[in-house]
Amino acid sequence: MSSDLLVVAAVLGLLAAAAGAAAPAKLRAGLTVLLTVGACGCGFAAAAEVLRTGHTAVVETTRVMPFSGFSLGLDPLGALFVGVAAVVGACAMIFRLGYGSHGLSSRTASSNLPLFVTTLLLVPAASNVTTFLYLWELMALSSLVLVVTDHRSRAEVQVAGQWYAVMTQLGAAAILIALVLLATRTGSQSFTAMAARAEHISTFVRDGVFLLAFAGFASKAGAVPVHVWLPRAHPEAPGPVSALMSAAMVNLGVYGIVRVGDGLLGGGPAWWWLLVMTVGALSALFGSLHSATSTDLKRLLAYSTTDNVGLMLLGVGASGLFAATGHRALALVALAAALLHVVFHAVFKGSLFLSAGSVQQATGTRDLDSLGGLLRRMPLSAPVFMVGGLAIAALPPLCGFVSEWLLLQAMLHGLPSTNSAIAIAMPIGVGALALTGGLTAATFVKAIGIGLLGQPRTEAAVSAEEVPASMVTGAGVLAALCLVLGVAPFLVIPAVLAAARTATGITVPDPLSRGWNLGLTGVHGELAPGLLAGGLVLAIGLAAGARRLAQAAAVRRTEAWGCGRELQTARMEYTATSFAEPLIRVFDDVLRPAQDLDVSHTAESRYYVESATFHTSLDDGFERRFYQPVASGLRWWGALARRLPNGSVHRYLAFGLVALVVVLVVVA
Amino acid sequence: MHEGSWSRHDGRAPKRDGVTAAWPAATVAATSVLQVVLVVVGGPLLVGLMRKVRCRLEGRVGPPIRQPLLDLRKLARRERTRPDQASWVFSLAPLVLVGTTLVIAAVAPLLTTDPAFGWYADLFAVVYLLLLGSVALALGALDTGTAFGGMGASRAMTIGAIAEPALLLAILALSVPAHSSDLPAIVSGSLAHPIWLATPQRLLALVAFVIVIVAESGRLPVDNPSTHLELTMIHEAMILEFAGSDLALVKLGESMRLAVMVALLADLFVPWGIATAPGPAHLAVGLVAIVAKVAVLGVVLAAFEVAVAKLRLFRVPELMAGAFVLAVLAVVSSLVTP
Repeated sequence: MSSDLLVVAAVLGLLAAAAGAAAPAKLRAGLTVLLTVGACGCGFAAAAEVLRTGHTAVVETTRVMPFSGFSLGLDPLGALFVGVAAVVGACAMIFRLGYGSHGLSSRTASSNLPLFVTTLLLVPAASNVTTFLYLWELMALSSLVLVVTDHRSRAEVQVAGQWYAVMTQLGAAAILIALVLLATRTGSQSFTAMAARAEHISTFVRDGVFLLAFAGFASKAGAVPVHVWLPRAHPEAPGPVSALMSAAMVNLGVYGIVRVGDGLLGGGPAWWWLLVMTVGALSALFGSLHSATSTDLKRLLAYSTTDNVGLMLLGVGASGLFAATGHRALALVALAAALLHVVFHAVFKGSLFLSAGSVQQATGTRDLDSLGGLLRRMPLSAPVFMVGGLAIAALPPLCGFVSEWLLLQAMLHGLPSTNSAIAIAMPIGVGALALTGGLTAATFVKAIGIGLLGQPRTEAAVSAEEVPASMVTGAGVLAALCLVLGVAPFLVIPAVLAAARTATGITVPDPLSRGWNLGLTGVHGELAPGLLAGGLVLAIGLAAGARRLAQAAAVRRTEAWGCGRELQTARMEYTATSFAEPLIRVFDDVLRPAQDLDVSHTAESRYYVESATFHTSLDDGFERRFYQPVASGLRWWGALARRLPNGSVHRYLAFGLVALVVVLVVVA
Repeated sequence: MHEGSWSRHDGRAPKRDGVTAAWPAATVAATSVLQVVLVVVGGPLLVGLMRKVRCRLEGRVGPPIRQPLLDLRKLARRERTRPDQASWVFSLAPLVLVGTTLVIAAVAPLLTTDPAFGWYADLFAVVYLLLLGSVALALGALDTGTAFGGMGASRAMTIGAIAEPALLLAILALSVPAHSSDLPAIVSGSLAHPIWLATPQRLLALVAFVIVIVAESGRLPVDNPSTHLELTMIHEAMILEFAGSDLALVKLGESMRLAVMVALLADLFVPWGIATAPGPAHLAVGLVAIVAKVAVLGVVLAAFEVAVAKLRLFRVPELMAGAFVLAVLAVVSSLVTP
């Protein structure tokens, strides 16, 4: 049943891609959206069936790829990711109906978008190395085409595309080497056979496979230090594409780490997982710090993806560490917390990126310093963004709070421990998570307060209008899920636990309490998210009632206080840059902002200023200190190599001779 | 710790079923209601007390202790105003600020180690509810579209970005020996094992906690609640546009936050006197104990305020970072000491 659904999903997706390429311009959008949403529906149904029954859905055929065989095997771990991709994919496609900008309606883009969604649905189902790599590469290429959709009109898009292409191909190469190495050592390329034989191969090879796979998957996930493509590619991609990339594609990086580390290799020594936790903590801190100081709405969201991937990796690493030290129940809970964060991150980041796309379509800009006052002009899209922003800041009663709560619980209950690795890693993990939480709250107060509230700062923001219903629906469904899943997390907890059980092979019964309350069994400290939400509504209602009772007259509209000056203009408002300035100042040792103040004086006296320009910029430290030296080194190397061929046949013959001699010497 | 046998802390009856068995339903609900009433009335009185102590130490007579309550009554009857640019977020902000604090007052162990709705939430929920209140107020401030609102919101969120994690870690350090993030479990745990109170992590966490309280409630040396000087104000800049019953709610909310945090401080570090069993007698003792403890802490905080000057704005994050580091040290040392 579920394997049939999977096939139907794949066929519908490919049909949608074909329709995007062949259908006339008028029908193109509607047809591709309809077929892709159908594919997502089938994918979701297949995933739900697998998660419910626990049976793997298998599709195998040698007709598509005759030498290796096209092989899908959807187990609960993969099904969780398929389910997430299906929901995000369907919402992004519905959103796409109204999304007019960025040339998404061209034949190339219309056929690549369904293809991208389909690969997102199929990658977690792949069950042999060739199928996995084939789908993985198809996903990378179709997303690359979509990122550069708008390359003709803006030069930044080309640069972003280059960064993305290089990073994703380097990552894919690392994954390819890792999986091929594992396949040759285990003598099979089927995932199940590899997992069964992986414990017999040498430690050295296992370490190598894990490190390579971790590096490759981390680059797809956007973890530090291989995140550099993410804050460039996500902002430049069209709205629905950046939502798909940030909410569904980066998840597959986490999926890969879990699949290879826990699944194929069956867990490993503690240092693997300490490495994962370190990368996670660094990504969380670095991402949250940069998103707190960004003034570009989508760049801010992209950095916050790095931040959230960091939190997922903290959970994955903690789980591996617990498993390596014998705390099996905690290992299961920590992985469940990480996977829960994957689900919730997809939901709120999807709604954030989609509504940021709405803002960009309505105003033509994503610079927070030019926005403002959008809540009155976009009364539906702006609240959708607000819900997503409050959810990502882990505020109750929205869903981000629940997954961070569970992650904190998992790490807390590892303490106190006699194992020194746990005793050191957990407090640092908790500290990173706590600091990230505070910075994220500041980030989204900035994004919401500067971008959506207050007075409009530019003409573009003044003339903004609400976007079409399809766009509001696409983003709104995800925002509604933020609330529903935050109040009733038990809707997804069983699925997440099933996935974590499959990944780790740990079958502890009921590590989490069931029903409306969430808690680790056998430990005090439960959370009743539903009741908490109810209490909050009741308390706010009480306060509102009291205010209404006390109030004599209606609310009077007044002019805001401006120190006696009449007429508050938008130029007096705080901007995103000024909002983030104290944070930049506090963290300037880490961020190293470049600032330049240029004052010119009047001719009469140097005590009078004629004009002053202030320029401040904040670039990515990793990019400046690591990638740029490497890139310029490669360029230098390339320039050096270019001197070799000068057109002289004699020289080429000499090269041939030297090469031959070298080969002979080596072989002999 | 092994599979399926996580240590369940003694010293506290199992929740829900145990609670309803031992405590009659009416008393159970009453404890939470009592706590809420106590915080609503006690918050403004605490502010009044602190003001009085300050005035006395500075050689002034000062307004009566109940003055903040009188102010609230006066403000509640006045007209509400709303700046031209503001939206519904501005109107909602004071309600969320008060609402979150009411929920915390209902779930935190203030009078008793078993408040009726105590199992709703744990320390993380309390910290994130406090954060929700701060975020709501900051958004309300930004919604006014003025320079002051932005200034206050930016400063408050910068300080909060470091203060909230410090608070989280400080309480977390206390929760390690109790094996639970449940606040009642931590309090009753330290009642059962007074030795927990003398450990180094308690001391470190205490210092961090106090710094955070000072910062979060906008008091000296972080912020001066009695100034309206543009360059220095943080909290007052955010609430500049609120008037009438809105202002009353904001004032009430902030005094309640102060009271809740001071009461938590009292119960986490000096738990004696808190009611551990049902019955009016125990509750009465708990009531007297918490009022006395909070009053003493209020006097100490006020005396401290007289002695210090306000820090420069950009020195404040250093103070907060200090609190954060102390809290991290507290967590680390809670692992070393059993």
